[in-house]
Amino acid sequence: MNDIVVCLFSVCGFEKAAKGLVGEGRRLAARCGGALRVILVGDGAIASEIAPLADSVIVADQAELSEYQPESYLAALTELCKIQKPKAVLLGSDTYSLEAVARLAHRLGGSAVCDGSAVRLDGEKIFVTRQVYGGKAQAEIELKRSPAVVSLRSRSLAPASPQDAPGEVRHVVCTLPPMRTRIIERKVDDPGNVRLEDARVIVAGGRGIGGAEPFSTELRQLADILGAQMAASRAACDAGWVPATWQVGQTGKKVAPELYIAIGVSGASQHMTGVSEAKNIVAINSDPEAPIFKYCSLGMVADYREVIPLLRSKLGLLHK
Amino acid sequence: MNILVCIKQIIDPEVPVRDFRIDEAKRQAERGSAKLVSNIFCENALETALQLRELSRGSKIVTLSYGPPSAEESLRKAIAMKADGAALVNQEAENPDPLTVARVLAAAARKLGPFDVVMVGREAGDWGAGQTGSLLAEELGMPCVSFVDRIELDGSKLKIRRQTDWGWEFLQCETPIVLTITNDEHNVPRIPKVRDVMMSGRQPLTKLALGDLGLNNPVAEGGYYDVAKLFIPQKESKCEFVVGDTPEQRVESLARGLAKLSGAL
Repeated sequence: MNDIVVCLFSVCGFEKAAKGLVGEGRRLAARCGGALRVILVGDGAIASEIAPLADSVIVADQAELSEYQPESYLAALTELCKIQKPKAVLLGSDTYSLEAVARLAHRLGGSAVCDGSAVRLDGEKIFVTRQVYGGKAQAEIELKRSPAVVSLRSRSLAPASPQDAPGEVRHVVCTLPPMRTRIIERKVDDPGNVRLEDARVIVAGGRGIGGAEPFSTELRQLADILGAQMAASRAACDAGWVPATWQVGQTGKKVAPELYIAIGVSGASQHMTGVSEAKNIVAINSDPEAPIFKYCSLGMVADYREVIPLLRSKLGLLHK
Repeated sequence: MNILVCIKQIIDPEVPVRDFRIDEAKRQAERGSAKLVSNIFCENALETALQLRELSRGSKIVTLSYGPPSAEESLRKAIAMKADGAALVNQEAENPDPLTVARVLAAAARKLGPFDVVMVGREAGDWGAGQTGSLLAEELGMPCVSFVDRIELDGSKLKIRRQTDWGWEFLQCETPIVLTITNDEHNVPRIPKVRDVMMSGRQPLTKLALGDLGLNNPVAEGGYYDVAKLFIPQKESKCEFVVGDTPEQRVESLARGLAKLSGAL
């Protein structure tokens, strides 16, 4: 079979990442000469937005699937993918997709790759490009079993254009196992903020900040003047200075701002791989040898404590 | 509670970019003068296990590695951190794929177990495939929760916290279960005491071959995936440093640069 399946969760909404994923699914389906089938698990409200972009939308919206639960969603995806017998299954890089990818591949007898940036077809073979070695190298992985189950960084992939006729929307009921794990509480961190993945300007602090307090004072004030969101390196999160949701990097957020201001951030590759799509990186670091200076377009070797207060007042003047 | 923590030894991922080399023919990194270390997320997992053992008296932690002889060092460190036992399955093939690793770990877990909780780092700092825990759960027929950073007891079940893109979720979970562990301010791995490090060399460590696990060939027929190509993309980046004779002038230069780049001018 040459069909491509894209798996979406309605709890994630139909936003940039999902749209990019559907776009990639369409392009792959065209190259394979197959159909694009979108499996939507959860409430079916967004099915009508997806239908113009796919050949069919299969909606698993029974009551037990209204909320994401790891085991029931995995069971639904497995059952529906088995029916479709696709050549490849695409998922996003959000938490829920990442925890499903390899388990889904195993249940389908296929091969998985996580955190892919590109998919390439060569005859019958499927290759996925991804960062490895903490962002220091790139690998092209050939998936040997079918289906290929791939989680993609899809926010920067082009969305699909609407077709002449929308795809068919079908509602299905899946057989769900008893659940051995159950999400009982969700805690959203700072719900008011713009998501880091969508932020246009980001002020990030690293180990060089030295403590929690400057994040909420000096760096916060700088961010406010620039209309920026705040982020941090792993070191700052592990030190407990800022919440884990602020972490940018290989195992944190992947961001794509116009401007990324890294203060007291050494520039380890694991962090920078989360910033690889930033348009401009500016760094303030007291160490002239810090690797961050290999990544940025504008840099200052200085102790941030001596820079930020004056910088804020100068930016304030420029904004007038 | 019987806890299994899987540990991978890798080339130090903190090697700076300028010293990092790859062997394009072999399609893997060159070790060079870098040291070998325990993968940090595996150590986060061990630390989480040690804290769980403190909550659940009588629990035992076994650490397990599928690796070459050098991996014994990582297991000795785990013993020094006060794991109760360690086992090393000898790995002859270079860079096995995640499914192969999962099959070996599963076979070892069945031999050394049964285990109530199996903890694995969320991914390794070298290849970062991020699949081994998930595949291990499937091989063992256990549920899996990923990106866990805290575990508490909840009667006969576990109350688990895991990180998500937007915050945290708390889950109530039955055992046996596989958990992939991520970093948190509370699971930074403890530094073993010098005395424990010295004693760790004398503690028992089980060494196993694939044959001991009844595995002739753990590789899937036709393979799971191959690294077709490995390369270091060339990055062109020119950093302009702020200009000015005085600190004030340099900050002025920085402010102008920032304002321009953020589209304010």
